[in-house]
Amino acid sequence: MGFVVVAQVVTQAPVERFLNALGSGVALGAIYAMLALGFVIIFKATQVVNFAHGGLAALGAYLVSYFATVSNIPGRWMGDISVTLQWTLSALLALAVMAFIGVVIERITIRPMIGEPLFAVAMITLGLDLVIRTTTNDLMNNTNQGLGDPWGVLVVEIGFFRIAQTQIVAIVVLLLVGLLLARFFKTRTGLALRATAFDQEVAMAQGISVGKVFAIAWGIGAALAALGGIFSSVAPRGAGVDPFTALIAFRAFPAIIIGGLDSIKGAVVGGLIVGVAEVLAGTYLGGVAWLGIGFGGVVPWLLMMVVLLVRPYGLFGTPEIRRV
Amino acid sequence: MRGRPNLHTKYQFEMGLFPSTTKRVSLVLLGVLALLLPLSALPLFGFLGDAGWMVMINRALIYAIAALGLNLLIGVAGQISLGHAFFMAVGAYTAVVLGGESGRTVWGLGLPMWIWLPAAGVAAALVGIFIAPTAVRVRGLYLAFVTLGLVFVGQFLWRNLGVIAGGPTTGRPWPKLEFALWKGMDPIVSFATDGPLWWWLTPIDWLPWVQIEEMSRHAKTYFFVLFLVIVFGLIAKNLMRTRVGRSWAAIRDRDIAAEVMGVAEAKGKTQAFAISSFYAGLAGAILASVVGRIIPESWNLFFSIEFVVIVLIGGAGTVAGVLMGTFFVVMMPRLVEEATHWLATQVTESGPFAWLGNVIIRSSPDDYLGIVSLEAAGPGLSIFQLNVVLFGVLIIVFLIVEPLGLYGIWIKVRNYWKGWPFTY
Repeated sequence: MGFVVVAQVVTQAPVERFLNALGSGVALGAIYAMLALGFVIIFKATQVVNFAHGGLAALGAYLVSYFATVSNIPGRWMGDISVTLQWTLSALLALAVMAFIGVVIERITIRPMIGEPLFAVAMITLGLDLVIRTTTNDLMNNTNQGLGDPWGVLVVEIGFFRIAQTQIVAIVVLLLVGLLLARFFKTRTGLALRATAFDQEVAMAQGISVGKVFAIAWGIGAALAALGGIFSSVAPRGAGVDPFTALIAFRAFPAIIIGGLDSIKGAVVGGLIVGVAEVLAGTYLGGVAWLGIGFGGVVPWLLMMVVLLVRPYGLFGTPEIRRV
Repeated sequence: MRGRPNLHTKYQFEMGLFPSTTKRVSLVLLGVLALLLPLSALPLFGFLGDAGWMVMINRALIYAIAALGLNLLIGVAGQISLGHAFFMAVGAYTAVVLGGESGRTVWGLGLPMWIWLPAAGVAAALVGIFIAPTAVRVRGLYLAFVTLGLVFVGQFLWRNLGVIAGGPTTGRPWPKLEFALWKGMDPIVSFATDGPLWWWLTPIDWLPWVQIEEMSRHAKTYFFVLFLVIVFGLIAKNLMRTRVGRSWAAIRDRDIAAEVMGVAEAKGKTQAFAISSFYAGLAGAILASVVGRIIPESWNLFFSIEFVVIVLIGGAGTVAGVLMGTFFVVMMPRLVEEATHWLATQVTESGPFAWLGNVIIRSSPDDYLGIVSLEAAGPGLSIFQLNVVLFGVLIIVFLIVEPLGLYGIWIKVRNYWKGWPFTY
């Protein structure tokens, strides 16, 4: 089924070119959607704009690289298991560690700021981003660290339609995450989370431990950020985690805003829109000389500005109720 | 009213720029110190007049102009902007197109400073006016993201507009801070070359403990920028207490209530963006001119964040706080570097603080506790990385512990001594 991509020299018919671009756009959108989901869950529950999302994504990807390729945890105690299983276990362990880190971050830096202006808390997360990113860069020695994922650069080919295996995995994982989250919001804890998102004081009056909800939201958020970081640092998006991995968050922010800061549905839709728009722009406008180099990278931001001018709270965001 | 300086019987006394005697006295003292500083004439702190320190102080002063502008936008008008670096870039590139030398690959008109410096501010202000309607439509954190987007769109533009910004990795030379009447003429006053500033100022022999034959270019730049900081600081202070500033504060505190009372929201926000961007454009042009050559990549998000942090750490909405914040943020890297090197010498010379150096500085590959490495590459935080981390920690600690910033600390200290020995 799969083979190594060398270079695509075959000229494609317009339809084929479009569909291939669409496929990898959806896959990129899935990565953005994972990042956006984590961001939105944190924002909904705690009203905190998490600028440290990129740092968390890079740290998560680095942990996978460390567990899977350097120390082989937990595979070293498992005896003879397949590479895929071994890698998946390492990745899951990394996600668990990231969830723990998320909880710790919330406890130390966000909890004392309850009741402070939103902007001040946002600045705290910017400070966190600097700390996490620099430390992560130092941990990975400022160089590229391969994640050792079992799929590598293999692709699946159905007729003319080619898509990397990691891209399929990314889309499947997004679907899984979506399903799990939908289930989770129906549970008791999920209900508490939704109630807190609606009104913190009322939730507290109902006996919900708002502090616990904050911790859970940050745990989930950090783990989802790490998931996005993992898929953005495997082929075909990158050859491993490096100092530029954290910047993926600055490309996911437009997706979050387009969907609306506080909408789960918006996070997925916005992520997919931005992913597809970015890849399509790269495919069709990449050769247009007057647009310059790297136009695909600013397309999400331009799209975001246009959407915000038409709908100031994004596509699915709740308009802020303004009182005199 | 003698002996009761804080009792104001007239409104205009309270609205005065420097309403108390203490403030006036400390202002004069500060002015004298500021004049003596570049002449290496400060008692005990004479080393601040050295070239290395003067470069840093000049940078802090230039940052102060930009930060004063951002303070008007964030602290007074309450509009969250992460796009200050973008406006500074607009100013800097206006300056280089108007004042720079044209070449095979770059545009430049070679006009004198009295044209390009104001034009840099005006161009940035015009862009600010163009952006302002967005702030009327998009609010709060969403506005922060729009201005964040400006930084990225801006960086894309500067990377691709080689005729304006020069090469992506090389940049281009900026015009010097020289005051000439027209292009091609000899400068009347040059702030960028060593030598006498004016015939009567050098050599300096009228201070008993100072002997200066000629003034360094750093000292001359210092005086020029200090003059601008004073002028724009006074303008900012004045804006805050007059009609415009009070309308901004009204919009910041309760925008709908302000509109009901007849404060035009769109007008206020446009003014705030325009004036703040003017400050930014001017500071961007001077910074680029003093540095000499800037690559497009420099106008990035981190640069923007620095100014937001200056405003927040200093104390949003106050001029004195912003000035304190600027010096704190700009000087910190240098202090960290000095401290690290001092610790390293303590270790090698077995000084009284050698144990601290042993803990903090990484000495061997197995030294997991030592997080700071003196080498730029390899494991362990380099001094540059340490600075970034400390910068982040500083933001977090300040916002958690002292939300009012350095200004808040100053107020606490002042009130303590005012009521001493009573607690209040």
